[in-house]
Amino acid sequence: MPRASPQRQAWYLLLPMLAIMAVVTGYPLLNTIRLSFTDAILTGRRATPNWVGWDNFRYVLTDPNFGDAFGRTLYFAIVSVAIELLLGVLVALLLDREFVGRTIVRALLVLPWALPTIVNAILWRLIYNPEFGSLNALLSQLGLIDSYRSWLGHPDSAMNMVILADVWKNYPLVALIVLAALQTIPRELYQAAAIDGAGPWMRFWKITFPHILGPLTVALILRMIEAFKVFDIIYVMTRGGPADSTKTVSFFVYQESFSYLRAGSGAAYALVVALTSAVMIAAYITLLRRRERVG
Amino acid sequence: MNRRAKPLARILTYAAVLVLVIATLAPLVWLFIMSISSTKDLTSLPLHWLPDQADFSRYAKLLTVEAHSAGEEFVYALRNSLIAAIGASAIALVAGIPAAYSFSRYPGRMGLLYTVLGTYMMPPVALILPLYLVFSALNLLNNVAALVIVYCTILLPFVTWLLKSNFDAVPLEIEQAARMDGAGLFGVIRHVILPISKAGLGTAALFAVLLAWDEFFYALLYTNDLRAKTLPVAIADFAAGRATDYALISAAGILTALPPLLIAFFLQKSLISGLAAGGVKG
Repeated sequence: MPRASPQRQAWYLLLPMLAIMAVVTGYPLLNTIRLSFTDAILTGRRATPNWVGWDNFRYVLTDPNFGDAFGRTLYFAIVSVAIELLLGVLVALLLDREFVGRTIVRALLVLPWALPTIVNAILWRLIYNPEFGSLNALLSQLGLIDSYRSWLGHPDSAMNMVILADVWKNYPLVALIVLAALQTIPRELYQAAAIDGAGPWMRFWKITFPHILGPLTVALILRMIEAFKVFDIIYVMTRGGPADSTKTVSFFVYQESFSYLRAGSGAAYALVVALTSAVMIAAYITLLRRRERVG
Repeated sequence: MNRRAKPLARILTYAAVLVLVIATLAPLVWLFIMSISSTKDLTSLPLHWLPDQADFSRYAKLLTVEAHSAGEEFVYALRNSLIAAIGASAIALVAGIPAAYSFSRYPGRMGLLYTVLGTYMMPPVALILPLYLVFSALNLLNNVAALVIVYCTILLPFVTWLLKSNFDAVPLEIEQAARMDGAGLFGVIRHVILPISKAGLGTAALFAVLLAWDEFFYALLYTNDLRAKTLPVAIADFAAGRATDYALISAAGILTALPPLLIAFFLQKSLISGLAAGGVKG
């Protein structure tokens, strides 16, 4: 067999992956774009859908319900990620200190992160249960509330309770990423700074923060991309309710497509969501490439 | 840095650690306690925090197959989850290894690499409708094979990316030495690259299985009964049922969570270094 040129070889090796990706990702993505310009409906019977031009997008972009869902999704993503970053840094700083049992505590921190998303959602739904839940029991036995509350049953508290459950599961990842960065900081830097008379606050901003800023930014964008897609935890905990107060964009697309069976407008909603994600993904990739170049 | 820490600082450190440990463990321990409690304990007011006696019957119930029982649903879902996770991970590795090697060893095509990474992060809503129509046309709805196929959209880019950074760490000289000895391309990959990156391969495989194990959205859309429902869908169904047996739901949750929890706890060093190398996924 004659030796293929290196360029050829490179492509041959990529071929299986590219073929699979073209079928499972490329083709469906193009088809979503095509669907979004039609009035297709999602039924077994295949009626020929009509081409409707930009109608679906005009409808999507002026739909106040979608606007609301978009706002709620941003609220969920920004609030949960902000808390995750804050908690992540605090816990990483704690775990970077010396104390007995540090290794085991660090191992425990992985557990919430490893818990399957659906199990986490069910666990917290049981904890929040309005009649028998342990949160109600705990707070009332401590005398903090007079009567049991329906944590997920009120439009003004439901989203924040979902955020709490999501943060509990996801902040450990941020903590572990930051901790890894903290451990690369040479201890001498701190000693030198202490000799120069820098207090703890000063040392944090002048030494610690610059060292963790890179990984923290990566974690920030990664978590935003993930949080913007949120679906599973909403589906299990609230199904988008009460009064749509937890209905996020993924849930919105799901309903439009699979409850109302409107494939055309569902695809248009999906593309608006995907484009928003694409902006964040592009930011992430730009960041990765820059880090790669810096080394 | 706090070798000579003041006593107050030490007390505060330990207090903070204690809070952290409780906050981390309490929900998990509570899930386990619920799973061994009786319904009476769980629905008593004020709440009985600890059951009078541990009742493991829910676990037995979930693992016993009887017609139209929760056990039947659970065991089938377990089977489906295993097939979907292992099948998709196997495909992802087989296609991902050569691709990762190509990205790692041949200059250029970085734009393509990042495009692949980007598709991994795309929200699944961008793909669900056409995939649904295709599976429906091929009669693959409610079939685990459909899940194996769609999980490749997530696992393949992920595995490729993770392995690429692993292969990058294999010194070029070792490879050149093997080539001098007359090894061909596949010989080099099989006898040089793969054995050296064994740990990375293991991490990639584990991550792939865990990602598939956790997947819910596609499984919810493309399956509807015993034949194809995975564990996350099955337990979401348990939880949505009218007559709710909280202990049963909790036990199903514990059983589903056990494999990832054990893997993460005992293999966290390699998982976290893999994560750092891959720079992806939460």
